[in-house]
Order: sequence, then C-alpha cells, then structure tokens
Amino acid sequence: MRQIAIVSGKGGTGKTSLTGAFVRLAGRCVAVDADVDAANLALLLPGQDDEWRPFEAGRRAVIDPGRCSVCGACLDACRFGAIRTVELGVESDPIRCEGCGACAQVCGEEAVSFRPNRAGLWTTRATPWGTLVHATLGVAQDSSGKLVALLRREARRLAARDGVDLVLIDGPPGIGCPVHAAITGVDGVVVVTEPTEAGIHDLARVLTVIGHFGLPSGIVLNKADLNAPGAHVVETVASVHQVPLLGSIPFESRLPGLLGRQETGLEIDGVREAILACWRAVGEVLGDSTHLALEPVAAGADHRRSRAAGLS
Amino acid sequence: MRLAVASGKGGTGKTLVATNLAWSLAARRAGVAYVDADVEAPNGHLFFQPDFTWIERHGVPVPTLDGAHCAGCGECASACQFGAIVSGPDAVTVYPDLCHACGVCLRACPEASLREVVRETGTLRRGHVGRMGFVDGTLDPGEARSAPLIQATVALGGEANLAVLDAPPGTSCAAVAAVEDADLVILVCEPTPFGLHDLELSLQMCATLGLEAAAVINRSDLGDSQVRSLLARERVPVLAEVPFDPEIAAACASGMLASAQVPGFASTVEAVADQLLARCGGRQ
Repeated sequence: MRQIAIVSGKGGTGKTSLTGAFVRLAGRCVAVDADVDAANLALLLPGQDDEWRPFEAGRRAVIDPGRCSVCGACLDACRFGAIRTVELGVESDPIRCEGCGACAQVCGEEAVSFRPNRAGLWTTRATPWGTLVHATLGVAQDSSGKLVALLRREARRLAARDGVDLVLIDGPPGIGCPVHAAITGVDGVVVVTEPTEAGIHDLARVLTVIGHFGLPSGIVLNKADLNAPGAHVVETVASVHQVPLLGSIPFESRLPGLLGRQETGLEIDGVREAILACWRAVGEVLGDSTHLALEPVAAGADHRRSRAAGLS
Repeated sequence: MRLAVASGKGGTGKTLVATNLAWSLAARRAGVAYVDADVEAPNGHLFFQPDFTWIERHGVPVPTLDGAHCAGCGECASACQFGAIVSGPDAVTVYPDLCHACGVCLRACPEASLREVVRETGTLRRGHVGRMGFVDGTLDPGEARSAPLIQATVALGGEANLAVLDAPPGTSCAAVAAVEDADLVILVCEPTPFGLHDLELSLQMCATLGLEAAAVINRSDLGDSQVRSLLARERVPVLAEVPFDPEIAAACASGMLASAQVPGFASTVEAVADQLLARCGGRQ
C-alpha cells in the first residue's frame, strides 16, 4: 500500500482541487481529508456519508460550585487562563482549558472533576472512486494531529480490507502539528505551490519540514502563468532543495465556478493535460508506477523508484 | 483596539487585506501596527520589508531533571495528561513536542527534582515601516505547537493603539489564539463552495467565542452567490467586495502592496479603513 500526501505550506494553492483530480485519475483509492480544520475534499467527491462518529481527545475541567471554597489556588495554578471568577465562585472555560489537571492538583476541596472532551466528528463516504475518510474538528480544539492520525489509521484499515493499494491524503496548510500528522510515514509528498512571493516562501518552509522527516517529495506549480518570474524562482527553490518539479498547471479563472459542480479542472482543455502530466510524474517520481500511473508501466519501475529515493 | 483578519480557508486573501488595510489605517492615524500571527506561514514581511528594531527567540518552558534526585517513582509521568514525560529508573524522558508547559509534572514530583528550561520554538520580531508598527512571529520548521508563539506575537502587537492581526487559517487552537481578544474579526472569504463551507466554520468560531464578525469577499466575481446569502442571513456586514483583478494578483505575486499599484483597489481599502475608524471611533 502506498500513501501519498498533498501539502502546500501556504493555503489556497490548490491542494484540494488537485487531490480531487488525482482521486479521479487513480480510479481506485482511499482518500483522506487531513485538513480537519477546513475539510473541503468531500465537496468534490459525491457520495453518502456513513454515520458521523465522535472523536474524543483529552478532557476538560468542571468545578463543582458546591464544594469550591473560592480560595483561588486554581486561578494561580492554571497557566492557560482557563479559570475565571464568576458571581458564585470560579469556573473553567472549556475553550481555554487544556485538561492538564493543574487546578485539581492544587484544589484543597476536591471540587474539580473532568469530563471527556468531544473534539470533533469523523465519518466515511463511499465515492465512485473508493472510500473517503473525513472529519470536522470542533472550534478551538488542539487535537488536530490526533484526529488526522485517527483518519489515516482508518484509511489504512479500509485500504487493507478492500485490497486497495493507494491512499491519497489531502493535507492541511502550514508546517505545524496537523501537517506532521499528515505526512508521517507516507511514501511520498506532493507539494503544491504557486509562483507568488508568499507561495515560494512557504514552499521553502514546508520543504524543510519534509526534509526533517526524510520523505521523498515533488513539487506541482499551480497557477503557473500568474507570475512568470516567480515560476523561475520556484524552479530554483526546487533545485536547491533537490526536489523534482513534477509539473505545472495554468491558472484557470473558470475553476472556482466549476468546483460547485464537483469538477476539478479535468474538464477544461489545457488544464486536463497539465494535471495528467503531473499525475504521471507522481507515479514516476514518488510511486510504485504500477499503482499510480494511468497506463500500466512495469518496465523501469524499480529504476524510477530508486531515483526517487536518491532525490530525497 | 484589535482588528483580526481571519478566514477558515487558506489562500482567500487574508494577508492581502491585512497588509493593505494596516497600511491605509496607518496613513490615517498614528499608533497602527500590522501584526503577523500566521506563524506557520508568515508572509506579511514580504510586502513591507520592515526595519527591524528588536528580534528575539521565543521559547516555551519544558521540564528537565535537575541532578540526581530522581527516585524513579513515576509520579510526573502519571500526572502528565499529554504523554510528554516518561519515567524510568532514576531518569525521566521528556518529549518536548507533546509538552503543553502546564507545570503539573513539577508539582507532582515529591523530590522537587524537576525544573523548567526554555526550549526555543520560533522568533519574534518588532520593527516599523515608516510610521506603521510591524510585528511578526515565525515558527521554526519542525516545531508542532504554534499557539504559544501566536499568543506571544499577539501580545507584542497588542501594545499598539490599533493592531491589525493577520491570523492563521482555520478554526482550531492556532486561529483562536490569534483572534480571541479581537474587537472585530474581519473574515476574508471567497464565493466558492470551499469558501462557503469554511466561512460557516469561521462564523461558528466567532459565535462560540462571542466575537463580532464582518466580511470582505475576495475574488467576488469568481464563483456563485451563496456566500453573500449566508452573510445576509447571519447579518454579517460586508465591508467590501474585491473582484478578481490580474493586476492585484500580479502585485501580490511579486510582493508589492496592491493598493500602491492598483488605484481601484486602493479606494476599496480606503473605504474599508474609513468604515472601521468610524466604527471604532469611540472605542480606542
């Protein structure tokens, strides 16, 4: 089973649209929406969701006003500013509380108890191309990494159960905790960028993180024609980091309108060919080609794989 | 007064709005600062090239064993809710990425053998661009937890009379850390199905935190009308609509303030700045 993650550093470069297109080109895969903060892949993959299941992570403090003597010890002990004074004593703000237990540790009245924290919901959806595993994280939650790990575990389980040999992961923006959870242990990372100063700056940062993890990766330059000088800089960044450029996709102002019809750019002449070329390059550089390429490519697959390993 | 510029979805134009708005506000009154709290992908500096007057590494406290007093009792490990500390005979292992710096392990240790040391996770910078203040935070690649650095960045920027906060995307702890004390959250959205879905989440975030929201619709002519209907239904004022303009895109792409390059966009931003100053007139 091969796992390929699609990330970007900067948001809005086209990760989700490209993942939606790759799912269609793969034909059969398990897809994971690991951008649990703003999960949009389901909008591109029609199907019926299974039952939504709760995702619980950590706990939240609850203070019993009947026992609290309003001594204020918890106010001093809490480093997250979660304990606040109210008319009849103190209470814990579930948004700020991280469930560490400092308040309970210092409470002389045993007034603090804990309830499980419902951090989000997750489900699966049967799409024409295989199962999608997706979730929604609750507001202000700090367990996005754990939720991403859960989704990926479920995706691997489903892939093994159904004999599917490809897992495609639509990653979150940024370089922090959920990104780490999205790329840990994958076989390859596709980094989607755009030829803007901000896109290039964030590309370099995410490539550094991918380097820390020692993962093979390749770059897709999206909206390539928006800024020609920037496109050259992307090529330079790619060569400095010794990461191959998988391909370029032109800017298409009709695409935002088409997303509502669950189209991903594959319907547009010029864009389709560019996405196809990127997908072939993903197969050649990051994949076991027999799994990823559109047409069976048996010969040379091993050679290409060792090339990909060398590039990382 | 703090104005947070936020969005559920990435790439909607938060930095475009925040940088140009801060610049326009700074032209109108003193004491304005642009504060880049998107510490995982901080891009504001690319548009301003500020003169930095203060640069400091930022760190979070993590526990460490102080000398040979550890009895190996394991109280610290069982008290830690985050799996960040593991106890063996005469020694503890700390996993700094998992540590929330809550201090519970220190209090749990009967030998008082643990103390905290600072582990650096990013950089804070303060400077100015002309008379506008500039603050940003940059998370080190490889670091997982951004919220403490975001809070430090916002606190540093909060010293300005009027801070324009460029928030990270999303609605989780990172975004909340940036917007939680804002007087107004300006949600930059785009009229696409993705934009609609993520705007719903952002509005939920504002409602949960009890924050007032307003909106700017970017690339307003690409997509459909559902975002407008949602904003009308939720009675969220639309401060401006910015149609897609290749000149704005080109200015942004090459790291220039679009309002300095595109007169039409400049007047849009000025109108937003005037509206905001009128709103906050009595509150500063």
